[in-house]
Amino acid sequence: MRITGTAFRIAFVAGLLCGAAWGSATAGELSSYSNVTQQRLENPEVGNWLLYRRTYDGHGFSPLTQINTENVKNLTPIWTYSTGVVEGHEAPPMVNNGVMFVTTPEMQVLALDAATGDLIWRYKEKLPEDLFQLHPTNRGVALWNDKLYLATVDSRLIALDAKTGKVVWNSQIGDYRRGEYSTLEPLVVNGKVMVGSSGGEFGVRAFISAFDAESGRQLWKTYTVPSPDEPGGNTWDNDAWKTGGGSVWITGNYDPKRNVAYWGVGNAAPWPGDLHPGDNLYTSSTVALDPATGQIKSYFQYHHNDSWDWDEIRPPMLISMEHNGQTIDALVHPARDAYLWVLQQTDSGIKFIDAKMFSYQNVFKSLDPQTGRPTYDDAHKPTVGKLVTFCPSLWGGEDWVSESYSDQTHLVYIPANNGMCGEYNGVNKKLMAGQLWLGADPDTLNLLPRGDHLGELQAWDPTTLKQVWMYPFPNQLFASVLTTAGGLVFVGGTNDRMFRAFDAKTGELLWQQRTNSGIIGMPVAYQVGDTEYIAVQSGWGVDAQRIQQSLSTTPLKTDPDAVPQGGVVWVFAVRHGM
Amino acid sequence: MVQASGCSGVHCGKRAAALSRRGVLCGCLVIVVDGAAELAHADDSDQARTMRPQPGDLLVFFDGNQDGAVIKAADLKLGDPPILAWAFDPTKKVPRDGSRLNQILVMRFDPPALGPTEATRAADGVVAYSAICTHQQCTVTDWLVPKRVAQCPCHQSQYDLAHGANVVAGPAPRPLPALPLTMAGGILTIAAPFTDRVGGMQLGTG
Repeated sequence: MRITGTAFRIAFVAGLLCGAAWGSATAGELSSYSNVTQQRLENPEVGNWLLYRRTYDGHGFSPLTQINTENVKNLTPIWTYSTGVVEGHEAPPMVNNGVMFVTTPEMQVLALDAATGDLIWRYKEKLPEDLFQLHPTNRGVALWNDKLYLATVDSRLIALDAKTGKVVWNSQIGDYRRGEYSTLEPLVVNGKVMVGSSGGEFGVRAFISAFDAESGRQLWKTYTVPSPDEPGGNTWDNDAWKTGGGSVWITGNYDPKRNVAYWGVGNAAPWPGDLHPGDNLYTSSTVALDPATGQIKSYFQYHHNDSWDWDEIRPPMLISMEHNGQTIDALVHPARDAYLWVLQQTDSGIKFIDAKMFSYQNVFKSLDPQTGRPTYDDAHKPTVGKLVTFCPSLWGGEDWVSESYSDQTHLVYIPANNGMCGEYNGVNKKLMAGQLWLGADPDTLNLLPRGDHLGELQAWDPTTLKQVWMYPFPNQLFASVLTTAGGLVFVGGTNDRMFRAFDAKTGELLWQQRTNSGIIGMPVAYQVGDTEYIAVQSGWGVDAQRIQQSLSTTPLKTDPDAVPQGGVVWVFAVRHGM
Repeated sequence: MVQASGCSGVHCGKRAAALSRRGVLCGCLVIVVDGAAELAHADDSDQARTMRPQPGDLLVFFDGNQDGAVIKAADLKLGDPPILAWAFDPTKKVPRDGSRLNQILVMRFDPPALGPTEATRAADGVVAYSAICTHQQCTVTDWLVPKRVAQCPCHQSQYDLAHGANVVAGPAPRPLPALPLTMAGGILTIAAPFTDRVGGMQLGTG
């Protein structure tokens, strides 16, 4: 037997692929852990944050009331923790009975004591040397039973023992060399761990897949772009479906009543719609899947033949609300395409109810009153060989960051941008695997700010589709929103490094704290003992940083380097007696 | 005889499965089984492909109509955007395409337009650099015409190829490593290794 240098190299690579060199974990472990069951996920304790948006309906609302409009002015930092890495920190701190799990760029997972900020364990995946990262971030671990689930930028799904941070299994999702990767927090339903694949900028044919929580075996894989003989396949011409995009990179929502998982689907690839004629299902759509089989039960496409990079990546929020004197199971989606869509779950699929523009948009001329299908103003629809301007820009009215629905005020809170138009000249370029494939001349990819401000925190009544209040920001707003039963709305998202609390009823700014970096992460509320905490990561990067850079060459002349990078977990509370 | 440690509960990707013919088991001790001679030949070729560009290497087109053909100086026209290339081992006759970290940008400039350091690394006005962005390792594929800089499409880091591929905008922390060239009979040849480490931040450090 002879072990050669090459054999060793193969083994080393294989070891990386198989996760033998899976990463490091520091010592320290939990002596006990509260296993996460389906019952807990369907009815989580008010003091925990066990799902991406706390509850399966996607509201992002906390029933906690200790921190409220009266005392939030005294909200103060209790502890902070440096993550040790840079780039965009987008993940919510997940909390399960006093233990907090935070993910960061570089595929790091921290287990912290949620009350004290003590480190319990740290895990960091060993990433492949040849990896490229368009989105160097991660949006959180999913929790199920005694394990955590991390979807990674090198297209793997890793199960960690929640007590120790040690790897239990490591499965491949897709091929990172072709630009398939994952940044989303997985969604677990009945022991099935669902993930989606990114890569809409790399000409992939994206998919949602599910893995068995215990064994890591892949159970099903559903492409979001159908082949010609699958339902919806006739909405693509020629071979465009093979590289059609349809990425899935934000966590889905779930309806236990109908046993349906709602997933958002990204842009069609490449950007100019004339390079992929047809409606292009299911890009820029919501799809409803059976979590056991992955079968697509129903769908709704917000806009056909996407030409603006308007991913409809967030799933709609499931809201029980009044409509025409009846209570309906509504699906409410503030879209990238700048319309606030109200749809209805029915036994025969997803039905259009109504939609209103929440950020200036000049693409839709009208919406069909029955189906909601838009007609387009072709002057604002990008094609090959023509410089076309359109509003809003590719970043949309609201990007991947999460809106919130307050179960208390019954209002939808949208972290919007209203005042950034965009333009590009479409080009027809050959796809090379692993290289960006936008179909846009880079010299023409510009942001065009308009108006006197960009960011807007908006509050809407979904039953009347009327805006109730709006708080403007001079630059972009790019972070997820938290609402609480204390009557508060929390959001970061601005380049002044602030974390802010607003009165949910009036939009009055009640409190703010300047942090170490810009916040693009998701705030959460949780409770340990008799204390309520608000936690958020502050760590600028990814999209917010790119917008900042793009705005630097516009009349706004923002400083591209104004916001320093470096992640910190911030935890706040109101000290008792204040 | 094959020796391995346990792999229970581990699921390996397709690539690992494809490699299993050579007797590699997932996550386990490496072995070399029968066919050592065949493996030796494959070893050399694999090693040559994954090695970084070496002095004496030629350059071959990465893709397109001339995919794999040797790049002659006359192939590069003044005013054309940079092209992607691989180094080519002239002895083993294989391109060094075993790792994307070996991708090279090649472009012709008018010699007076080059900075003094580039001039020493250029051959007849042709310069070469690593094509791997020093930020997050995307391939630098964009050429901005009015500004005359190479741009990484991922996060818009901009490199001035006439002046050491210095970063003129964007988040990249350092210039693209340069690949000094020389000319031999009209054929571009690599004169020296990359002047710096290729890639972004160190990945895989766990």
